[in-house]
Amino acid sequence: MAIEVRVPTILRTYTDGEKKVSATGDSVSALIEDLEANHAGIKDRLLEDGQPRRFVNIYVNDEDIRFSGGLETPLSDGDIVVILPAVAGGAR
Amino acid sequence: MLTIDQATYDAIIAHARRDHPDEACGVVAGAVGSDLPTRFVPMVNAAMSPTFYEFDSTDLLRLYQEMDDRDEEPVIVYHSHTATEAYPSRTDVNLAGEPGAHYVLVSTRDGAHEGGPLEFRSYRIVDGEVTEEEVRVVERYDQSTGASAPQSPNTLTTNDQEADV
Repeated sequence: MAIEVRVPTILRTYTDGEKKVSATGDSVSALIEDLEANHAGIKDRLLEDGQPRRFVNIYVNDEDIRFSGGLETPLSDGDIVVILPAVAGGAR
Repeated sequence: MLTIDQATYDAIIAHARRDHPDEACGVVAGAVGSDLPTRFVPMVNAAMSPTFYEFDSTDLLRLYQEMDDRDEEPVIVYHSHTATEAYPSRTDVNLAGEPGAHYVLVSTRDGAHEGGPLEFRSYRIVDGEVTEEEVRVVERYDQSTGASAPQSPNTLTTNDQEADV
């Protein structure tokens, strides 16, 4: 089962510069484990204390997983996962 | 150094003034590898806050898909500070996720939102390290060479910018 994962610039140090990688898993959680197995270190950039980081967005087929079941969001063959760091900041 | 055309420079300032006292934010996209900010894309500050900005997650995805389709990248990521100087805060540095971008900060404090002198500064933020860079405002980009013609000095002195910008 192949899922296409689009990797943002800032995380391409973990994917040898690749913009797209293929991974497997029947949920976002499983997918992240598979990514970690092939691109060590990436998991820590996506999760904090086992939960998605506040300022990292993960989308499955254009839907933010915050609105579709979080890490348990199911995946199937041909799905596209996009990872994007939030664009955020401010004087606070 | 950031090279930016006058129209885009003015558009960023106008957006910052319009959204004051909330922070304004957006990007200026440009062709991948060109380092030329050509397509001004003001974004909604989903935080609607005077001290914080964040692109809405759906808008963010749409923006990146659009840039991808057009072979663009975010050449500038800009936002305003509305009560403090135009320098990256600790939050700005911690959350900076585009190592290739010019981070532009505008300050609308001290009446700058009403037309007073306004700070417009640019930085690189890579691995938590902030480096300020020169901002060069040009009338237009020379598309044939990627280089740009300097603007005549007397048009640089508007009340929008410091004379040494």
